Amino acid sequence: MAHEHSNHPAHLHHHFVSSEQQFDAAKMGMWLFLVTEILLFSGLFVAYTVYRVWHPEVFAQSAELLSWRMGGLNTIVLLASSFTVALGIHFAQKDNKKALVINLVLTFLLALTFLVVKYFEYSSKFEHGIFPGANFAPHGISHGVDYAAYNVPFAAQFFSIYFVMTGIHGFHVLVGMGLFTWITIRAIRGDFSSEYYTPVEICGLYWHLVDIIWIFLFPLLYLI
Amino acid sequence: MTNETEPDFHAMEGNEGEAAHEDHHHELSFWRKYIFSTDHKMIGLQYGFTALLFLLFGFGLMLLMRWQLASPGEPIPFIGWLFSDETAPGGIMLPEFYNQLGAMHGTIMVFLGVVPLAVGAFGNYIVPLQIGAPDMAFPKLNMASYWSYFVGGVVMLASFLVPAGAAKAGWTSYPPLADIETMGQTMWLIGMIFLITSSLLGAVNFLTTIIQLRAEGMTYMRMPFFTWTQFITSFLLLLAFPPLEAAGVLQLFDRLLDTSFFLPSGLVVSGEVLEVSGGGSPLLWQHLFWFLAHPEVYVLILPAMGIVTEIIANNTRKPIWGLKLLIYSLIFLGFMSFVVWAHHMFITGMGTSLSGFFQVTTMIISVPSVIILSGLFLTLWGASMRFTTPMLFALAFLPMFGLGGLTGLPLGLAPTDIPLHDTMYIIGHFHYIVAPGTILALFAGIYYWYPKATGRQMNETLGKIHFWGSFICMNGIFFPMFFQGMAGLSRRLYDGGASYEFAEGVIHYNPIMSAFAFLLLLAQVPFMINFFMSMKKGKKVGSNPWEATTLEWTATTSPPLAHGNFEETPSVYRGPYEYSVPGADSDFTPQNQP
Repeated sequence: MAHEHSNHPAHLHHHFVSSEQQFDAAKMGMWLFLVTEILLFSGLFVAYTVYRVWHPEVFAQSAELLSWRMGGLNTIVLLASSFTVALGIHFAQKDNKKALVINLVLTFLLALTFLVVKYFEYSSKFEHGIFPGANFAPHGISHGVDYAAYNVPFAAQFFSIYFVMTGIHGFHVLVGMGLFTWITIRAIRGDFSSEYYTPVEICGLYWHLVDIIWIFLFPLLYLI
Repeated sequence: MTNETEPDFHAMEGNEGEAAHEDHHHELSFWRKYIFSTDHKMIGLQYGFTALLFLLFGFGLMLLMRWQLASPGEPIPFIGWLFSDETAPGGIMLPEFYNQLGAMHGTIMVFLGVVPLAVGAFGNYIVPLQIGAPDMAFPKLNMASYWSYFVGGVVMLASFLVPAGAAKAGWTSYPPLADIETMGQTMWLIGMIFLITSSLLGAVNFLTTIIQLRAEGMTYMRMPFFTWTQFITSFLLLLAFPPLEAAGVLQLFDRLLDTSFFLPSGLVVSGEVLEVSGGGSPLLWQHLFWFLAHPEVYVLILPAMGIVTEIIANNTRKPIWGLKLLIYSLIFLGFMSFVVWAHHMFITGMGTSLSGFFQVTTMIISVPSVIILSGLFLTLWGASMRFTTPMLFALAFLPMFGLGGLTGLPLGLAPTDIPLHDTMYIIGHFHYIVAPGTILALFAGIYYWYPKATGRQMNETLGKIHFWGSFICMNGIFFPMFFQGMAGLSRRLYDGGASYEFAEGVIHYNPIMSAFAFLLLLAQVPFMINFFMSMKKGKKVGSNPWEATTLEWTATTSPPLAHGNFEETPSVYRGPYEYSVPGADSDFTPQNQP
């Protein structure tokens, strides 16, 4: 097959027979990768469950210190970004380059917004001495909340798991921003069309996963 | 597909693809061809060489330990002066150094030696050829997984050089010890994260390749058993490694950011209460670790079964007995390997209902293993065998794996496991699976596929010396472990039990076992000579010297074409082991023969 490439589309790698096969392979590869991501977070959720079952009251009380408003805002931001990336794929299929680029840029900006909100959340925690593990020493009063009152045994455990889970999730958002920068550049260059939009599609898949993980993190950490 | 990289680059730039095709067969630079190659065959060889070096290094660590066990407190001969005062002053090994050697021997042999050789090397080289694919589905990812493995290996080696040396908490890295041990433990975790990444990328690649890139007519039931074992192995890696990655990240946080995910409150170390925030669970680590590490055991053994199956079919000139049954057993085995992990933890005080569950699943999982082993034994029935070097290794695998498996049964039942746990018995058990089991099978694979990669055959006489030397010495090392363990001798003892009265009756085995270990090193010399000499001087052979039926022998040259493997993409018309078909022209019918 390596020698029959007279009608060979530019994007087709030589070890694939057809564009369809290449697309299927890429998509399957991404799905398999997502399975590993889900299992990675499952491991963390197992840890969360163990600690929560051991100290349910402490966990419920400590969760009051997290801002559900900021968490909720971020949920909306991520949901919106999932929508824009889905629109991006739609416009790639319609050969609408301009709309594709706009939606990719929007997705990037929404991801950035998420991290900015996260930055404010983290720094408001650090300000009051809320660090993971042995460095946990809440102090100070703001918005009528006396942080020192939350310094009970095992509260540190809640914030340890909070920082690990949201930290790793945040890292995934950062990776997503890198991916969107890359495919935006390619989209501007005109690499994508209704014939070939595999990278947009698989980055979109990745991004939906990042979104879904957050959908689980938000209620488990902020609301209950 | 080394030549891929160029066109790839052009393809990204838009519609210049056509121009790119013209420089299709241009010579690649040294770096592209040998170092940052994207060709599955070159990557397979890279994996192979690196893994063999790590196996030798891990074996070297073991020889140091065996010296200490045989003659506790005696200076290490010949190379004793090499060691610093922190490890072995005057050549006399310190307990801390012994613990480093133990932890790193396990880590290196499993994660840097056997798995990369079985999956990274053989899987990479052979699977695309066996299914008639021009390359792996994601060549660049393939390169990334080799280099991730390489970096992981370098981090592990570098950990010997950090203050207080490498990890000491065993290859299982159990907390609380692993949480509070020295810096080497942090290096171990970082190294592991690279190795996990490598395996995950590899697993994604293998699964996609096998599902998407099979040649026309290569149905699942026509796939050679070796490819089947790689397929199931990839599933195990894919599903088992991520939870360990999560656990590794949590342990890294424990070590670097003072969290207490695995540290309980009120932990007392050397008579003092440790200052930690507490509230963590050391048992959680064990669960997450063994959720990986039990499937990992099957990652170690399944490719070995695959190699042995190929060689037995080829050298008995018979179809594999009950091939379909073997494939179904393999699938069932893969599934069951996820629900047996807590049999490693019977002494942690789990309730009887939980341990009951895991005892039952453990007994169930022995059934498919026995089916596979029986199928291979029955294939031998009435065969007129060719006793080639690979066949000798493959034949030895059967009873050795059988012995390893049977000695595992008492460990799968809590009442018999509890007295045997953490004794030399368990060391004997799993080494029978992995050393005379898997490693003999891997040697078989090297002798069998060497002509594929080089176009030359390895020397049979040297190969047979290597076989008998390795076979006898491995048994000499591992068999006495069962006696020692049943007498209650604990593992991981710095002095081999010399200071324990109850061990008196069994420690006289130690010098004998160590002597066999050193002889085992000697037995590898003919292999090393053979391996390198045959590259230049080995007998030149055709593309199918073993008269085999599978595509890697019948549809391409030896070595295969650098670009795309096959002159013409093969089509497949029959099952993998059609040997001695009545009425056929020869005693083997290639898969691609219409």
